[in-house]
Amino acid sequence: MSTQVKVKNRLSNTVQSLKPSGIRRFFDLAASMEGVISLGVGEPDFVTPWRMREASISSLERGHTAYTSNAGMLPLRVEIQKYLEERFSVSYHPETEILVTVGASEAIDIALRAILDPGDEVLVVEPCYVSYEPVIRLAGGVPVFLKTTMENEFKLTPQELETHITARTKAIIFCYPNNPTGGTMTAEEWKTLLPIIEKHDLMVISDEIYAELTYGRMHDSIAALPGMKDRTILISGFSKAFAMTGWRLGYVCASPDLLAGMLKIHQYTMLCAPTMAQMAALEALRHGRSDMERMIESYRQRRNYVVDGFRQIGLTCHEPDGAFYAFPSVASTGFSSSEFAEKLLMEEKVAVVPGDVFGESGQGHIRCSYATSMEQLKKALERMERLMGRLS
Amino acid sequence: MDRLKQRELLHLLEEDSRMSAEQIGKMIGEPTEVVEQTIAALEAEKVIVKYPALVNWERVDDHPYVNAMIDVKVTPKRDVGFDEVAERICRFPEVKAVYLMSGASYDLSIILEGKTMKEVATFVSQKLSTLDSVVSTATHFILKRYKHDGIELEDRDEDHRMVVTP
Repeated sequence: MSTQVKVKNRLSNTVQSLKPSGIRRFFDLAASMEGVISLGVGEPDFVTPWRMREASISSLERGHTAYTSNAGMLPLRVEIQKYLEERFSVSYHPETEILVTVGASEAIDIALRAILDPGDEVLVVEPCYVSYEPVIRLAGGVPVFLKTTMENEFKLTPQELETHITARTKAIIFCYPNNPTGGTMTAEEWKTLLPIIEKHDLMVISDEIYAELTYGRMHDSIAALPGMKDRTILISGFSKAFAMTGWRLGYVCASPDLLAGMLKIHQYTMLCAPTMAQMAALEALRHGRSDMERMIESYRQRRNYVVDGFRQIGLTCHEPDGAFYAFPSVASTGFSSSEFAEKLLMEEKVAVVPGDVFGESGQGHIRCSYATSMEQLKKALERMERLMGRLS
Repeated sequence: MDRLKQRELLHLLEEDSRMSAEQIGKMIGEPTEVVEQTIAALEAEKVIVKYPALVNWERVDDHPYVNAMIDVKVTPKRDVGFDEVAERICRFPEVKAVYLMSGASYDLSIILEGKTMKEVATFVSQKLSTLDSVVSTATHFILKRYKHDGIELEDRDEDHRMVVTP
């Protein structure tokens, strides 16, 4: 028989103070309903191309089931180096500057844990992915939020950056192309921020998981700009570009001293990323580019279609240049993000994610993923038009 | 319309030939009229030949067709090579496809559709084998179609994703 152990606070103060993800409540609601069209999914609607699945299966058949080196298989790191250099003109040494992680999520976690001391402030460009704030807090840091707006196409401005810097500011974290807004930053726009970043000696954590999903031009990595590689931790992965979300495979690139720090955390907590996923990723980089390009063309076409559709039914929507999200404003209806999203779900069975889930500056918007079939998108727009008709 | 967009348009129509010009226009960023004009031009040039439906006849209970692939060895003729006999074979309505092959021990590959095995056999023995240039034939009956024109016929495209994810 076990006796109940009495410990006053079984959970740490930090964990107790974390807010549960706002997406959770919506998921429970939507999952309980029949016939819901979901624009709430933050992952590709493609299954991982067969080429990658087959490579992984074949590696299992040949018995590749052991650990790999902590940093990931060297051939994979070499492919990552070649890929980043070719696509985004950033250059990292495969042996000392690249670490393969369990999704970009792990990379974000170890990057923050490697650089933060208790009380260090981290600037977070929002609206943003839901994990940044809790992960900063778990690492002992203090998040400070920078706002972006539809008027600025959700780009970070030098003014917004400068006003929030204090003596405790250690780093800035952002994701461009952006989840949830689809906003992007060009090299010219990055350059307006560099003097401030340098003046205050900030570190940069650049989450570039949507880099390949940039429409009409190539993605510009901040790490490619003069003097930035050394202060930037570049994070990316295979989930979005190669439709490999469930494989949990990402990577982080940084100068050798930073990478060695992150590697320490990674080797004690994760040991290495799953071998079979690394095998699939190797195939993705070696032979999966044409599969990727086909998927990206399809996202671009669907983006054009839905953005036009939103505008026609009376929602203001900026043209998202990246990722697979549109972030229309529902302010004209007089409802808050959550009220509108709940109405849309209950009355028309369309699931979207309320914008304020991604931070205060997302209030008044809804995130709509267009990574879903054209038939579904068409139906969703019809249903949304009906709701808008009733609200006007 | 530039060549890249024209190719995009063709891919979209190949995937779903019933897609409206308006929808295509929105997806590739061109006005509806331009899409309509381009499609008309592509039809006139015979780039777009036809808009058929891909039917999975296996799903139709008493579907009345048997399909066969026939390897045909022929003697090519001076000046016209294989074209003359291939064109003759094409004229039979029961012939669904004719290909000139490399690297095989035969020259033409034919896909034939008949109502019964007997009908196919009759075609081979009375129409095909009796052509002057035809040296020999080998007939293979198709038992089941798994994939046709790039489409998996029994593919189940279920969405395994959760309803809402960050």
